[in-house]
Amino acid sequence: MNEEVQRTLLEIADDELILGWRDSEWTGVAPLLEEDVAFSSIAQNEIGHARALYELVARAQGTTADALAFDRSPDEYRCAPLVELRLMDWAETIARHYLYEEADAKRLEQLKQLDDPEIAGLAAKIDREEAYHRIHAQMWFDRLQDEPRFIEALEKLRPQAETLLDSTKRGEHTPELTDLWEEMTMVRRSQPVGTTW
Amino acid sequence: MVTEAQVWDALAEIPDPEIPVISLVDLGVVRGVDIDDRRVRVDFTPTFLGCPALEVMRDAMADSIRALGAEPEIQVLLDDSWSTDRITAEGREKLRASGFAPPSPRGTAAPTLVQLQSNAHRCPYCGSSETRLENIFGPTPCRSLRYCASCRQPYEQFKTI
Repeated sequence: MNEEVQRTLLEIADDELILGWRDSEWTGVAPLLEEDVAFSSIAQNEIGHARALYELVARAQGTTADALAFDRSPDEYRCAPLVELRLMDWAETIARHYLYEEADAKRLEQLKQLDDPEIAGLAAKIDREEAYHRIHAQMWFDRLQDEPRFIEALEKLRPQAETLLDSTKRGEHTPELTDLWEEMTMVRRSQPVGTTW
Repeated sequence: MVTEAQVWDALAEIPDPEIPVISLVDLGVVRGVDIDDRRVRVDFTPTFLGCPALEVMRDAMADSIRALGAEPEIQVLLDDSWSTDRITAEGREKLRASGFAPPSPRGTAAPTLVQLQSNAHRCPYCGSSETRLENIFGPTPCRSLRYCASCRQPYEQFKTI
């Protein structure tokens, strides 16, 4: 696996891990009980995709998926600012979900075409799970598409969604990533290096 | 020396950690068994990548191979080779009998909302197709929630992947 492919996989893994964290913040406080269930499940899937992608990269780099997920400093993550935002508004959350799934489908399609059968195979598996996320995002898009608040949220977030498909625009982070990282890595940092669970 | 048949029999005794009515063999996640003297390699495919039961399954398989006096090596295959189509006919029947609607067959294209909302889905309790989608997502990544208008029973439907 060449360095460019490793970097691409790491970008996607970081996006999925951080978005999974943000999605999980709706557990228990979504506007509908069914959406508590949906966003919790979507979060679980995204973090599962991150783990599988980290495992492929970790093997190429002689490290572990956990080390890649938790032992880097916030500025070393390659995620796009869109996934870092702590959105407290449902319209904005749905707008991000819709924009993210749209971009994610495009890059998964590219990965499925790669010559490396392991990467193409994993991308195909991820894509089958993502199909359900896309249906969910589309369902909410159809519901909210003529709501001014939703249209405004889409317009606000769309420029940031472009970073998802452009590696050269990555590397800048929002202060919200640091807060998320503090919480996400807190338990791991509190224990001696090498602790197993 | 342990035989391949003994290993398959042992794996068929391991219940799915979240849906214990079916075994790992019924679920179709065991893709191959390879024996080299005392070493037994099992090729294993995850169902959903975020499924928290994966490690439990992997450890349970290793334990059952050790119980046969052999050394386990569980190889996890992160590819697209598992599908809900791999659940055996027996496994599907066991699911239905326990109130879980088995998955529809995998089509050439990805599922659509129209398909999920169609009446192609039968209630595992009364067999009626007067059912509706309540939530694409459910208590675990592999399940959706549906409701049967005929017998007024909410139930869990396996997602097709």
